[in-house]
Amino acid sequence: MAYGATFHKSSRQLEDEGPAFVYTPENRARFDEIITRYPPDRKRSAVLPALYLAQYQQGYITANAIRHIAELLEITRADVEDVVTYYTMFYTRPVGKFVVNVCRTLSCAINGAERVTEALCGKLGIKPGETDASGTFTLMEVECLGACDRAPAVMVNDAWQECVTPESAGQLIDDLRARGEDALSGCHHVIEKMKAKG
Amino acid sequence: MAIEPVLTRYVREPNSFTLDFYLQHEGYDALKAALAKKPDEIIEMVTAAGLRGRGGAGFPTGLKWKFVDKKVEPRYIVCNADESEPGTFKDHLLMERNPHLLIEGCAIGCYAIGAKVAYIYIRGEFFHVQTVLERAIDEAYAKGILGKNIFGSGFDCDVFVHRGAGAYEAGEETALLESLEGKRAQPRNKPPFPALVGVYGKPTAVNNVETLCNVPSIIMKGAEWYSSLGPEKNGGPKLYCVSGHVKRPGVYEASMSITLRELIEGYAGGVREGRTLKAVIPGGSSVPILLPDQLDTVASFDAIQKAGSLLGSAAIVVLDDTTCMVWLAENLLHFYRHESCGKCTPCREGTDWLHKILHRIERGEGQMRDLDLLSSISGNIGGKTLCAFGDAAVTPVLTTLKHFRHEYEAHIKQGRCTLPAPWRAQHPVGAH
Repeated sequence: MAYGATFHKSSRQLEDEGPAFVYTPENRARFDEIITRYPPDRKRSAVLPALYLAQYQQGYITANAIRHIAELLEITRADVEDVVTYYTMFYTRPVGKFVVNVCRTLSCAINGAERVTEALCGKLGIKPGETDASGTFTLMEVECLGACDRAPAVMVNDAWQECVTPESAGQLIDDLRARGEDALSGCHHVIEKMKAKG
Repeated sequence: MAIEPVLTRYVREPNSFTLDFYLQHEGYDALKAALAKKPDEIIEMVTAAGLRGRGGAGFPTGLKWKFVDKKVEPRYIVCNADESEPGTFKDHLLMERNPHLLIEGCAIGCYAIGAKVAYIYIRGEFFHVQTVLERAIDEAYAKGILGKNIFGSGFDCDVFVHRGAGAYEAGEETALLESLEGKRAQPRNKPPFPALVGVYGKPTAVNNVETLCNVPSIIMKGAEWYSSLGPEKNGGPKLYCVSGHVKRPGVYEASMSITLRELIEGYAGGVREGRTLKAVIPGGSSVPILLPDQLDTVASFDAIQKAGSLLGSAAIVVLDDTTCMVWLAENLLHFYRHESCGKCTPCREGTDWLHKILHRIERGEGQMRDLDLLSSISGNIGGKTLCAFGDAAVTPVLTTLKHFRHEYEAHIKQGRCTLPAPWRAQHPVGAH
């Protein structure tokens, strides 16, 4: 199933088994530090950070990763799966190296977000929810990112690009290919540059 | 009314996010001053200042802290940094540029209600802000501002950042607590309120970022100064988020005696050349729209409510004459349909149904009876759900039907969108 395209809470899908999963030593150390933030009998609180660690390690969440996290947090697999399938930022299928999320909600939409999506679709030859053939880009439409004064906003993996236009969107793809996430403007920077210029 | 910025005074300075900068600008003086007082005195000060929650409901913060059950240990402060209401981006600025102000607010809040731990629940999309906050927290621990025996007072306080993972509903306070406990972000039945039974079943004060950032200035400058900054019961500095069809969108700090006109035409530069104002959403996507003839309304909690809307999170979305109101309702219902947590049937099923109807009207396939159906479904969602999401979700439908029914009728009669804007997609691809 393509992400975002036909998402509904009731859709039921089993996760990929995936390869055997344990945290790398670095991630395990990070996990061990994170669980100290919560009361000792409330380890379950760490499920979101634990899932992020797994996703950063492997790219997406598999049944084996869910099993590993459930064991570490001493909860059931169903408890973890319940969380994975609720929150939109966890992927249960492989995604591209760059997940390009275009904000589609009001303030971005009235500043041209639909046209940005359209330009990206044309550039990448895919529809929202799909990954390109090379596995480099996944395109998604997401709901409000909270960058309404710098609309339209685009989030690539965990970083932001602001004040995107249909013209600059194509360039962004080329820049990401060439320079990776360094190509992104980050928060507030674009608008401050614009204000400095007057 | 323009005021000397309190919250955003330093946000444009380079290095404003560092501890060194903060300490050079009276940083953590308020925490020191607070630790010299009794916790009850702090709560009294905040109550006397009339600080009202900045997250949307405008509930008095002092009262919230008073309600926290002081007989049960441990107690918690949970800072709601899940800023997700469409049109809102003020907390992002505060946390990105002035993280120590929030940390100081959290620590004072903890001291006031007798908590030892504060969790800052930040939305998943704010990863870069989490990095800034965690670096600031590390700096504070290294200087002995957080941790054990702060400033030799015997007061211990830990602050942790907890990152969400993409759920608007996590901004609702009980859903946020569920999410913090490692579950789906779905609301709890109230009462009991979090002040009695909050995170881990313990008394908890859930406060918005901007609310906590107001606390240090109240401690330093006093309740009287604070309440004198705005009209009665609407005191203190306020951050307004202006976005949409304006020349200079952004976060603007002002007192709540400012009018919508001053914010939109003054600060934000008004609508773009050659365009006219059509409508204003004064408090985020969940509140009723105001029309151009209401621009002289004062942007305070009470005045906006009197004008028939809500100040909410002070997210002012400005719409010019290119905006099709049926399209607007469809866009927002797409949002609510996607974000409904699925716990209550009226909201889970109703938002999907509303979106389907709006989608067909917008495409020119609607019928006149659909308009009554929209009202009827909305009436069966509003007030019939555990949290305020249901009421929020039906507001864009009811408010556009009330003020712009003629646009709906034109869509149905002409069998097409009567106001296709140039900023819309030329060949809709994401239409679903």
